[in-house]
Amino acid sequence: MKQLLSFIRKEFIHVWRDPKTLVMLFGFPIVQIVLFGFALTNEIKYANIVVVDNAKDVASQQIINKIEGSKFFSVQKTLMTPSAIDAAFKEGKIKLAVVFPVNFNTDLLHLNKASIQVIADASDPNTATQLSSYITTIVADYQAQLSPTMSAPYSIVPEVRMLYNPDLKGAPNFVPGVMAMVLLLVCVMMTSVSIVREKELGTMEILLVSPVKPLMVIIAKAIPYLVLSIVNLGVILVLSVYALDVPIKGSVLLLVFESTLLILTALALGLFISTITSSQQSAMFASMLGMMLPTMLLSGYLFPIENMPVVLQVISNIVPARWYYVIVKAVMLKGLGFASIWKETLILAGMAVFFTGLSLRNFKIRLE
Amino acid sequence: MNAITLNNITKTYNKGTVLAVDDVSLTVEKGEIFGLIGPDGAGKSTIFRLLTTLLLPDKGTATVGGLDVVKDFKAIRGIVGYMPGKFSLYQDLTVEENLDFFATVFKTTIEENYHLIKDIYVQIEPFKDRRAGKLSGGMKQKLALCCALIHKPEVLFLDEPTTGVDVVSRREFWEMLKRLKQQGITIMVSTSYMDEATMCDRIGLILNGKVLSVASPEATIKAYPEQLYGVKANSIYHLLLDLRKYEGTINCYTFGEYLHLSITTNEEQVRKYLQEKGHTDVEFKAIEPTVEDCFIRLLKHEDEQGNSNKDK
Amino acid sequence: MKMSKEIVIRTNKLTKRFDDFVAVDEITFDVHKGEIFGFLGANGAGKTTAMRMLCGLSIPTSGEAMVAGYDVFKQPDEIKQNIGYMSQKFSLYEDLSVKENIEFYGGIYGLSNKQIKEKSGELIERLGLHNEADKLVSSLPLGWKQKLSFSVAIVHQPKIVFLDEPTGGVDPAMRRQFWDLIYDAADKGITIFVTTHYLDEAEYCNRVSIMVDGKIEALDSPEGLRKTFSASNMDEVFYKLARKAKRSAD
Repeated sequence: MKQLLSFIRKEFIHVWRDPKTLVMLFGFPIVQIVLFGFALTNEIKYANIVVVDNAKDVASQQIINKIEGSKFFSVQKTLMTPSAIDAAFKEGKIKLAVVFPVNFNTDLLHLNKASIQVIADASDPNTATQLSSYITTIVADYQAQLSPTMSAPYSIVPEVRMLYNPDLKGAPNFVPGVMAMVLLLVCVMMTSVSIVREKELGTMEILLVSPVKPLMVIIAKAIPYLVLSIVNLGVILVLSVYALDVPIKGSVLLLVFESTLLILTALALGLFISTITSSQQSAMFASMLGMMLPTMLLSGYLFPIENMPVVLQVISNIVPARWYYVIVKAVMLKGLGFASIWKETLILAGMAVFFTGLSLRNFKIRLE
Repeated sequence: MNAITLNNITKTYNKGTVLAVDDVSLTVEKGEIFGLIGPDGAGKSTIFRLLTTLLLPDKGTATVGGLDVVKDFKAIRGIVGYMPGKFSLYQDLTVEENLDFFATVFKTTIEENYHLIKDIYVQIEPFKDRRAGKLSGGMKQKLALCCALIHKPEVLFLDEPTTGVDVVSRREFWEMLKRLKQQGITIMVSTSYMDEATMCDRIGLILNGKVLSVASPEATIKAYPEQLYGVKANSIYHLLLDLRKYEGTINCYTFGEYLHLSITTNEEQVRKYLQEKGHTDVEFKAIEPTVEDCFIRLLKHEDEQGNSNKDK
Repeated sequence: MKMSKEIVIRTNKLTKRFDDFVAVDEITFDVHKGEIFGFLGANGAGKTTAMRMLCGLSIPTSGEAMVAGYDVFKQPDEIKQNIGYMSQKFSLYEDLSVKENIEFYGGIYGLSNKQIKEKSGELIERLGLHNEADKLVSSLPLGWKQKLSFSVAIVHQPKIVFLDEPTGGVDPAMRRQFWDLIYDAADKGITIFVTTHYLDEAEYCNRVSIMVDGKIEALDSPEGLRKTFSASNMDEVFYKLARKAKRSAD
């Protein structure tokens, strides 16, 4: 018994004196609770929607008031042509559009039946479903209110149209997310671990004391993972097109180009991590913490960015995956061209250059 | 031109809190085998890293092959061979693949300098397709040596190449080094095995970052200040305890079969003392010191210096 | 040196086989109480395997062995309680203080709190570690760690202590200080079973056995071995024996 106690006491001491373990034991759960409890949510608030009121009558006004009053929507009232609406969706400016036909009230009074057009951006099927169901509920509510004063049974039918992903498949949403994760995982973690391994084994010393230029070491380390990632990318795309039925509406070449940018950023990040860690374990740890977690949580993949508190929204701007996600959805699902995503591309390219420069500067040609 | 020079080199770690190399100056001639002898933590590896341009000195200057370690580091990296302390070859590459890689890294081929490594390589050649990680300690050392030599370096730095390797392989290794000397390669080697000191042309005894003496093994031994004696008796341990208590003892320590003793008095008086203490079968003979004895002597001297400095 | 008559380790044709490979080949020897017994051999000769069997860490394939009065086959747990062990690779917890290490091992070996306190005090006094008692072991220089390791290994006054290459990497004076502790322990009746790469340390032993290719090829006092092999020191003895070995080749 005494043996056991002695042993247990020792184990406690080990845990207490190992800062990394403590961070994991206490830090992570706290961070997770805070993030998931307060910051990351699937609930939608103040989604950007457009209401096109072609009727401008009592009924439409009343419904629009209700919509405006709901905290789910941030309403923009304009008169937009269908093509303008289309463009707004393409640019990602709105998530939903409600269009009242010209004779809304008239139809209701005389035909006992009117319809409202509800168009939702289904590239994120969860959001689309939620938003359109909110609208449907509001309309039903209005309908219920009207009943007592109306003579005959009537109905307002919201005609819901899901854009880009009519079957509401989950795949279009998660394929881009998976792409980002996989590329990042391979490039960041593997690159950093590979370089740090040389440091750990001592072979890095020999390489340094040789005519080999440090740049050569870096390039040689990065290339296998670059190639592997492009192959991986190809496999994912093929699978998603043929197995998951998620077509690539836009240019494949553009997609590959953008993905290569992400890969380069990831490789640079991996390199950077290798310059600040000295053991394979801490390289993996840093990759996880610095890369995977922010990518999963803050890229907009699992949790919409608009729903996050402002702090996190700001932080998400420096997560490369966030921009990549937008780009991939635009190209793959919405079929957009470079013109629509040049801003995001620039940001991604800027990140690639920045991290590459930072890590090259950090890369030590000596041992200290 | 000297192959290696160190002038007042000082190196600290941890923002100056750890003094690894303390004002070291020495030179190594071309074609010499120079041994840096001292225990772990003495500063041997740090000196090697300074000379191979992996670290920058805090103070002082150093040259390798006439080139400055700070300004001309790129050039130095092309002319030295280096075998660091931690064994470092690619464990999952085969013997041949490792050799090939290092040859290419130095822009040469195995064939070009094969004559240099031939003697060593033939011993591991039967295993050339075996992964380096699966070789025995002695084999790994040989492979590492080949990889360090494959580009015909001017200066070879070997950091504790024989640590943890069995006696037979150790001897073979030193034989190989001697043969390399004939090729005109300067070799600086560090070891904590004192007996290997005799294989060097000159040795530097290093402790706590300071080089305590630099001379040929013979000269080092000649410099031993007192006469050394080997003493033996029936019960070694009690003999040791008693001699340490003896007034006339300068230093007494175990050394294999005999105790090594240096005294201010003489044999007769010691024998008398031992007889009083009840020791039997006492053997007493004058002996020549070894490098290890010199080291221990210097250690004691340093200790005493340190203590007297404390008293000041 | 006179050896006690009491036998603390006895083996008879002790063998360890791994499939076809015979790591330890029918070794037979005795060790007396209070002896300093050197167990030498090249890497791969079988010393570590043999030692593990004697420590109760590995079950032999065949043969017999008795350690501290217990049978290695039937009573390995009792053996572990009655021996001490120290190896170069690991002995003390670097992130525990000197005192915590002593307390831990004391507890493991079943010493009472009072005994642990006494022993701690003694140990710290003996090694001169008053200022370091609460410092983490990682801050001690290697030589001190080694001495502390050894002292902790015998904190429970075991009958035998097994030392696996205990003195790597320190300066000659430190090594000797270490052996002072060994001598002292042997003087008090603890039997020392030590393996080492430093052949001059073999000279400090009462008797030395040299393993080659799994067999004991020589067993005698250092003097006796020197005579038998017409060698001037243990280095030469070893060299002559090891040269013949087949196993050390790769």
